[in-house]
Amino acid sequence: MTRTTSVTFERHPSGYRHWKLTTDGDVAWLELDVDADAGLVPGYELKLNSYDLGVDIELYDATQRLRFEHPEVRVVIVTSAKDNVFCAGANIRMLASSSHEWKVNFCKFTNETRNAMEDATAHSGQIYVAAVNGTCAGGGYEIALACEKILLVDDNSSTVALPEVPLLGVLPGTGGLTRVVDKRGVRRDLADVFATRPDGVKGRTAVDWRLVDELVPRQGFREAVLARAKEFARTSERLDGEGVELKPLKHRYVDIARSGSEATITVKGPEDDDGWLLDVTRELDDAILRLRTNEPELGTWVLRTEGDPAKVLEHERAVFDAKDCLSNEIVHYFKRTLKRLDVTSRSLIALIEPGSCYAGLLLELALAADRQYILDGPPIDDEDSEERAAITLSEANFGRFPMGNGLTRLESRFFGDPDHVPRLAEVCGKALSPAEVNGLGLVTDAPDDLDWEDEIRIALEGRASLSPDALTGMEANHRFVGPETLESKIFGRLAAWQNWIFTRPNASGPEGALRRYGTGQKAVFDRKRV
Amino acid sequence: MPTKIDYDARIPNNVDLSGDRRLQRALEGWQPKFLDWWGEMGPTLRTHGVYLRTAVSVGRDGWAHFDHVNVPDYRWGIFLAEPDPDRVIGFGEHKGEPAWQQVPGEYRADLQRLIVIQGDTEPASVEQQKLLGLTAPSLYDLRNLFQVNVEEGRHLWAMVYLLHAYFGREGRDEAEGLLLRNSGSPDAPRILGAFNEETADWLAFYMFTYFTDRDGKYQLGTLKESGFDPLSRTCEFMLKEEAHHMFVGTTGVDRVVTRSAELIREHDTFDIGGHGGIPLDVIQRYLNFHYTVSLDLFGGETSTNAANYYTAGLKGRWQEPRRKDDHKLTDAAGSLSRPKADGTWETEEHAAILLLNLDLREEYRADCQTGVNRWNKILDEAGVDFRFVLPHPGFNREVGINSGHHVTPDGTVVDERTWLAGKRKWLPTPEDLTFVRSLMHPVYERGKIASWVAPPRQGINGKPFDYEYVYLS
Repeated sequence: MTRTTSVTFERHPSGYRHWKLTTDGDVAWLELDVDADAGLVPGYELKLNSYDLGVDIELYDATQRLRFEHPEVRVVIVTSAKDNVFCAGANIRMLASSSHEWKVNFCKFTNETRNAMEDATAHSGQIYVAAVNGTCAGGGYEIALACEKILLVDDNSSTVALPEVPLLGVLPGTGGLTRVVDKRGVRRDLADVFATRPDGVKGRTAVDWRLVDELVPRQGFREAVLARAKEFARTSERLDGEGVELKPLKHRYVDIARSGSEATITVKGPEDDDGWLLDVTRELDDAILRLRTNEPELGTWVLRTEGDPAKVLEHERAVFDAKDCLSNEIVHYFKRTLKRLDVTSRSLIALIEPGSCYAGLLLELALAADRQYILDGPPIDDEDSEERAAITLSEANFGRFPMGNGLTRLESRFFGDPDHVPRLAEVCGKALSPAEVNGLGLVTDAPDDLDWEDEIRIALEGRASLSPDALTGMEANHRFVGPETLESKIFGRLAAWQNWIFTRPNASGPEGALRRYGTGQKAVFDRKRV
Repeated sequence: MPTKIDYDARIPNNVDLSGDRRLQRALEGWQPKFLDWWGEMGPTLRTHGVYLRTAVSVGRDGWAHFDHVNVPDYRWGIFLAEPDPDRVIGFGEHKGEPAWQQVPGEYRADLQRLIVIQGDTEPASVEQQKLLGLTAPSLYDLRNLFQVNVEEGRHLWAMVYLLHAYFGREGRDEAEGLLLRNSGSPDAPRILGAFNEETADWLAFYMFTYFTDRDGKYQLGTLKESGFDPLSRTCEFMLKEEAHHMFVGTTGVDRVVTRSAELIREHDTFDIGGHGGIPLDVIQRYLNFHYTVSLDLFGGETSTNAANYYTAGLKGRWQEPRRKDDHKLTDAAGSLSRPKADGTWETEEHAAILLLNLDLREEYRADCQTGVNRWNKILDEAGVDFRFVLPHPGFNREVGINSGHHVTPDGTVVDERTWLAGKRKWLPTPEDLTFVRSLMHPVYERGKIASWVAPPRQGINGKPFDYEYVYLS
């Protein structure tokens, strides 16, 4: 597959090709109506409401706007605008023609979007309801699984299905397998039957097996769904407050510089602007997505910050104290963006220098990194300066921004030393010197001004010489210590297996299931179990 | 305001020490520890001035500056051969690219390891030779011992310079580690086995400087080819000094053999022990031991590490530029002899790049043979019917494919019992060591020499043999 243009992630409902977003009081309708000819990349047709990355980028945009622009919306109904088909899932020809890293990146992004839907339900009181009004297979059912409730049309023919294993030789990798057993509590033997049946399960059986929550008659389907949505809305705990429009990005606070195999991402702190945290989060989110998708060979991301740490903490305090719908959304958005960083398959190296502002929530960027270096000395270009690097812990580092494994980044960092985090709470709010930071185990190393440039250069060059695959595996293991959650299972266990399966001849080989799907030829499997 | 130190006067150098704050600070931390180490582990014998050669610059005049020096005040310097701004890497996958002036991050760990291992051998021999001054056969020899010792010290400085200048804090830690390990220490021995052996007598010292320092020459020769230019230039200058150590070894053994031949002629017997000489078969056993222990320093005959260092451009072959091949060795093959359980040898084909240690060892073996020929010539001219032989590379080996096999000096693979029965004939026995030690009485009078060794043909720097090379009182 060749791509000639780079992928962008900014969308607006007025330009959606595949979704219709309408709101009506406390209910929003999000209707999938894929334009088969508007695939992101030429070479496939998005038949039967099947999706590619472009469809999912719009879905992601919609979930964001619903949270920020529509404080009144308490229920989001996800349904199809087409007859007899809800969604056929990820487009198979797209998958078959995609490079490995594209497939993997696609799965990651779709999973993040599904997680964002669940996050909206859990933390913003926007309850997602899937109104499955026709065939619902694979990734289609995985969209439904990301919703809090699944209503299935009772037409005696519409089914939900996860046919990846029998038809494609791959896994329902957008969290399908995991959510069936972990989230919905489907019995494992029934899940096994379900996930190996290409035709899926319909009606009463689907309810009995817990694959869906309710059946809704075909006649008057929309009205019935709306009525149920209104009931769900009454249980919502969405906070009151003003919405804010997500305007086009201005790229004021996040700067990307490229050199060799590195991208240096510089995040700037606030000046006197109220909207800083939302803007910086949007820009950072966008930067992560664009780098991840368009520049896979930039294997190391160097994270830097610039600004006044006091202003970061002041801004953070104001957001935390507001306790309204918007501030809640901003905090959770920053949390999701950090998680996006956590699951990014790039080496993350944080540089803490004089003039940086790793305080409170911005310190989380450094804690998300695989290594942190603090400069113990004056700025490199001004050895007479009194300025020194420092970091400051705040409430933000002690539970506001959990990782996918349910732990804070500090808890993850000091997993083997659980007494350490409470001790760190005692220095909360204090600007810590490089020596203190090093002593407290908050950085990997604290080279002085004479060593700094060489140490950093050598560390980065050394990193660049290692196998990217091995690094990805290593980093993913080191970042997520301790307990498993649905999320960590999706990004760790499920994604890892899927990545492996994607490269196996049984899926991707010339006679593999993914390649032969739709050709009328049967896949040829190597019967050896590995 | 701290006093400004005149670095260039205290530490002769050509690396702009006075303009390099990082290096100054590193050396300021390290030098007192080095002097402590020298005080504790350096020569036991106290002197009041030794006629030493000091390098004060790399030029023709500067590198051999002679004067009486109080040994602890010796000015250990930092010298690299003159740079060639157009130098390119001569081998491996980076062949043809400009030589690196900085450590490539990709190879930091490997380069650091190579330098640490080389650096570890330099102070080791000082430690091994600590007591020898107490039994020197002449002032001339005593002076040579100290010359070797201070230059080993300077070679340590050379490696420490690289660690300090290019490897940051880890490099400084490693530089300190070079002083914390000690030859033969049960807790922190030197990294390579041969450097934990005792150098108990002067025959061993001559053998060590002939065979073991010669290994150093070959290792430095491969590092001189390195794509990391500061290492290359450092090693090039060290090779110049190393030549003197081998001179001490070569002429030392010469003189022992000469003296033994004289005594054999004089008394018309090979059994010259009773006449204060060292019998030729004892010398052969010393040779066997020191040669084979030094062979172990070359590592296993097949080595993926060496191959990786080569491909990466870190460590080349002996005289790499003179080799007539592609300098990449991706397709070349070579053969290796392996002892078999049934007592025969078989030849195995291997990729040439995996046989780089063997390649270097063969260069070394050929070089060692020239010394043996030279000593045999002395015997021949004296009309003594005895010839020294360099033992087979499979003999008495602890490292590589021969370890665990019993190979005689002539290359016969035998069973353990046969080997043990022959061992007393082949390797120094406790009686040999005791006997040689019994001859080791110090001779500190000008112009005098011990009974077991002939005086040198020439003195140092045009001075006569009876010059007062060392002030002892």
